[in-house]
Amino acid sequence: MDLSAINPALLIASLMVAATPILFAAIGELIAEKAGVLNLGVEGMMIIGAVAGFAVAVESGSPLLGFAAAAAAGAAFSMLFVIMTQLALANQVASGLALTLFGLGLSALLGQSYVGIKPPKLDTFDIPILSEIPGIGPALFSHDIVLYFGIALTFVIWSGLKYSRAGLVLRAVGENHDAAHALGYKVMRIRILAILFGGACAGLGGAYISLIRVPQWTQGMTAGIGWIALALVVFSSWKPLRTLLGAYLFGGITVLQLNFQAAGVAIPVEYLAMSPYLITILVLVILSADKSGAPAALGRNFHASR
Amino acid sequence: MIRLEKRSQPSREWSIATPILAVLITIIVGAMLFSAIGKPPFEAIRTIFWDPLFGEFAFYYRPQLLIKAAPLVLIAIGLSLGFRAGVWNIGAEGQYIIGALSGAGVGLAFYPIEGLYILPLMVLAGAFGGWLWAMIPGLLKVKFGTNEILVSLMLVYVAEQLLASMSLGLLKNPEGFGFPGSRNLQQYPSAHNAELIAGTGMHLGVVAALIAVIFAYILLTRHRLGFHIRLAGEAQRAARFAGVEPNRLILFCLGISGALAGLAGLFEVAGPAGQVSIDFNVGYGFTAIIVAFLGRLHPVGILLAGALMALTYIGGDIAQSNLGLPSAAIQVFQGMLLFFLLALDLLTNFRIKFGKSEVA
Amino acid sequence: MKISNLLTGVTMTLALSTGAMADPTKVGFVYVGPVGDGGWTYEHNQGRLAVEEKFGDDVETVFVESVAEGPDAERVMTQMALEGADLIFTTSFGYMDQTINVAKKFPNVKFEHATGYKRADNVSTYSARFYQGRAVQGHIAGNLTESNIIGYIASFPIPEVIRGINSAYIHAKKANPDVEFKIIWAYTWFDPAKEADAAKALIEQGADVILQHTDSTAPQAAAQNAGDVYTFGQASDMIEYAPNPRVSSIIDNWSPYYIARTQAVIDGTWASVDTWDGISTGMVKIGEITDAVPADVKAEALAMIENMRTGDYHPFTGPLKKQDGSDWLADGETADDGTLAGMSFYVEGLTDTIPE
Repeated sequence: MDLSAINPALLIASLMVAATPILFAAIGELIAEKAGVLNLGVEGMMIIGAVAGFAVAVESGSPLLGFAAAAAAGAAFSMLFVIMTQLALANQVASGLALTLFGLGLSALLGQSYVGIKPPKLDTFDIPILSEIPGIGPALFSHDIVLYFGIALTFVIWSGLKYSRAGLVLRAVGENHDAAHALGYKVMRIRILAILFGGACAGLGGAYISLIRVPQWTQGMTAGIGWIALALVVFSSWKPLRTLLGAYLFGGITVLQLNFQAAGVAIPVEYLAMSPYLITILVLVILSADKSGAPAALGRNFHASR
Repeated sequence: MIRLEKRSQPSREWSIATPILAVLITIIVGAMLFSAIGKPPFEAIRTIFWDPLFGEFAFYYRPQLLIKAAPLVLIAIGLSLGFRAGVWNIGAEGQYIIGALSGAGVGLAFYPIEGLYILPLMVLAGAFGGWLWAMIPGLLKVKFGTNEILVSLMLVYVAEQLLASMSLGLLKNPEGFGFPGSRNLQQYPSAHNAELIAGTGMHLGVVAALIAVIFAYILLTRHRLGFHIRLAGEAQRAARFAGVEPNRLILFCLGISGALAGLAGLFEVAGPAGQVSIDFNVGYGFTAIIVAFLGRLHPVGILLAGALMALTYIGGDIAQSNLGLPSAAIQVFQGMLLFFLLALDLLTNFRIKFGKSEVA
Repeated sequence: MKISNLLTGVTMTLALSTGAMADPTKVGFVYVGPVGDGGWTYEHNQGRLAVEEKFGDDVETVFVESVAEGPDAERVMTQMALEGADLIFTTSFGYMDQTINVAKKFPNVKFEHATGYKRADNVSTYSARFYQGRAVQGHIAGNLTESNIIGYIASFPIPEVIRGINSAYIHAKKANPDVEFKIIWAYTWFDPAKEADAAKALIEQGADVILQHTDSTAPQAAAQNAGDVYTFGQASDMIEYAPNPRVSSIIDNWSPYYIARTQAVIDGTWASVDTWDGISTGMVKIGEITDAVPADVKAEALAMIENMRTGDYHPFTGPLKKQDGSDWLADGETADDGTLAGMSFYVEGLTDTIPE
C-alpha cells in the first residue's frame, strides 16, 4: 500500500472531469422534477447527446459546435417524452423507460460510422492568475470551458430557483399543479419547457463523455451514468448546490476507488460501488424528517379538464 | 384546435382497439425504418410477428414464448396491483435478483443432497427474498414517508452489486475452474425447475404466472381488498372513508410485487437460466413495468402485453439471424411499439374534440 | 416421456432435412456484445467476415449480436440449428452450459464454444493463449518504463485475466528488476468511462505504461492526452492510436480457426477437439511494434515471438514461485495447461491481492 502515490491535485482534477457528465444530467433532471415531471429517460437522452455531439464535432471539427448540437439533440429527443406524457398523458415511469430503450437503440444505429474515430480535442481554458497557484491551480482552474459552464449553470439555476419569479412558478407547478393552474399558470407549457431543458442538459452530459471524458464513440458508452444522475437528484434533495456537491461525491467515489486500488489498498469493490445508492437511501430517510423534500406532484400527470 | 375531453368512463371499445391500432402503426413505421436501412420491410415484419407463431419452426418458438413471457407477466401482475393503488415499486429488477440469489442460495446449500423438499424450499426462499427486498422501500415509506419510487430504484443497483459479489465469491462453483458463476441448477435434479411436460416450455414459473393472472383478476373484481386497491388509486379520500388503511395497503402492494418478482427470479435461475452469474438479470424487472402499462394494469391485458413483448424479442432475434437486422434496429422498433401503445391509450380515457381551445 | 421424444424427433428430422437440402454450408455466430464494440465481439465478427470472404457462395453465415447469457442464448442457438446451420460458434464463456444443452438436441450440428471447458461429441472448445502476447507486452513494457511503474487495467478476477497479469509481470520483471505493477480491477469488460478513469488514476500514480484487459480504446485516449505514456491494443489492433501511445497489441485473430473449422465441416472431417492455440497458428497475433520502441527491444520482442511460434519458449518457465513464496515451477520446468487454465494465484513479486 502506498497512499502517497495518490496526488491530491490530480485526483481532484480527474474527479471534476468524472463528475461533470453526472452534474449536467442531474441538474437538468432536477429542473424537470421541480416542475413535477419524473423522466426516467435520462440515460437515453444522454446517449443521444453523446452520439450527436460526437458526430457534429467530428464533421465540423469544432467540439463546441458538437456540444451545442448535443444539447439540441437531447432537447429534441426529449420532445418524445413531452408528446408521451404531456400531450398523450401516458404514464411517466413507463414513458421514461421506453425513452431509454429507444435512445440506446437509436444512438447505436446512428453512430455506426463513427466507431474508432478520434474527435477533435477541446483545449483547456486556464483561468488567468488562478490557474497559476501552485498545487490547486492546475487542479481546479485548468479545465475545458464546458466543465466551468456546468458549474456556472448550477449556480445560475440555484439563484434562479431561489430568487426569480420563474423559479417560483416552476416550483408551484411541481408542488400542486391544480393550484398553479387555478392561479393562471400554464402548467403544461412550463412542464414542457422543463422537460426540454432536462433533455438539453442530459445531451450535454452525454457529449461530455464522448468528447472529453473518454473521448470516443462506442454504443452503450454511457453505461448507467444516467441512472446515477437520477439518484443524484434525490441525493441532493432537489437543491442545485447540493447537486454540485453530490456530483463530486459520486464522481469522487469512483475515481477514489480506482485510485485506492492502484495504490494497492485492498478494498471490496462491489461494496464500495453500492455505497452511493445506499447513501442516497439514507439521505432520503433523513430528508423525510424535513418536509422540503420531493416536489409533491412528482410523477403525476396534469390535465386541465375541470 | 384539438382539445381533449375526459371520458366519464374509459371506453371499452377503444381499450380494445388502441393496442391493435398501435401495433398496426408500429408495423407501418417499422417497415419504413427497415427499408431505410436497406432491409426487406415486409419480410422483416413477417419474421418478427408471424414466424414465431405460425412459421416453420413455430413448434419450438411457441414454448419459448411462454418461457420469455412468464417472468414478465409474473412481475407485471404484482406491480400492477401497486400501480393501481398508487404505490410505485419500480425496483422489481432488484427484487428479481434477490429472489434468485436467495432461492439459488438455499438450493446450493443442500447440494448434493437430493430430496423432494428442496425445490419447494427454494421457492419459498425466492419469494421471501423478493418480499424482503421490497419491504425496505415499504417500511421506509410507512415509517418515514420516503419516496418508494426512488428507494426501490436505488436498491436495484445495490442488488446488482450483490449479484456480482455472489457470483464471484460465495456462490461461485467450486468446480468451475475459477470462473465466475454458480453451479448449474439444471444439473442438480432436486433443485431444477424443469419443464413439467418436456418440450412445452411449461415450467413452474409459467404456471405461477398464469395463477397470478387469475388470482389478480379475482382479487380486483371480486374481493374487498381489490376494491380497496382500486379505490386508493382513484380516490384517496373516499378510500379512507371506506376504511382503507393506507399503510397496510402500501406494505401489501410492495410485498406482493416483491414476492412475485422474487419468485420470477427463482424460477428463472432454477430453470431456463440455470445458474447465478454476473449478467443473470436481463432487465425483466424494468420491462415488466412497461408490460404492466401496456396491459393497462389489467390482468388479462398484462398477459397479452407480456406475450407481445416476448414475441418481439424472439421475432427480433430471428430477424437478426435470418435477415441480418442489427440488434439496435430491433431495439428502436420495440421502442416505437411502446411509444405508440402508451400514447394511444389516450383515446381510451379521453375524447378528442375539435374546436376552440380553452386551456393550454 | 413420449411427447418429448416425439418433439426431439421432429426437431432432429427437420434439422436433418434442412441441413441436407441447403446447399451452402451454413455457419452461425452467437455474440455476447454488439459487433461495433471494437473489441471482443468485433474480432469474432472479423473472423466471420473472413469465412465469408474465403468461401464465397459455398458458405452462408448468420449472426445474432448482444445475446444475453442464459435462456436467450439457448434459444438463439436452437433457432440457428433449426434454420439449418451446420456449424455454430458460441463466443462467450457464459454460453457454455447452453451450448452443451442445444448440442444434445442436434447431434448433427457441430458446435464450437469459445473459452469454455465442457465438450461433447459435437461440441469443440477453443481458446487462445493470450498469455503469450502478454509476455511480449511485459517485455516491452519493462524496457519502456522509466518510472518503473506499470499500470494494469484488469476486468474480472478469473483465470484468463490472472494468467495475463502473471505472464506480463514475469517478463517485465526479467527486463527490469525494479518494475512494479499497479493493478485496477474494473469489474467490467467494457465501460469506456470507467476504463478512462482507471487509466487516468494509474497515470496519475506514476504509471508510464498501461496494459489493459478491458476492451475499449478509452485507456488509449487517456494515455494520449497524458502524453509520454505507452499502451498496448487489446483484442483488436487499436492501430488508430499508433505509433504512440499504442506501441503494439494483442489481436484476437479467430479467422484461421474459423476458416479451418468451416473447411472441416465442408469436408466432413470435423471432430470434437479442444483447441488452445497461440502465436504458432496465428490465433494470437501481435500487432506491429512501432518505432516508439527502441530497435534492440523490438528485436528481442520479435525473437521472443519467434521462439514462442516454434515452441522453443514457454512464457511460464521455471524457476518460478507463487506470490506466497512457495515453489511453483522448478528450473526449466514449464507450466502444464491444466494449471494455467485454472490459474487463480499470482507469481512472486506481485503486491496486489486477487479480489474474492
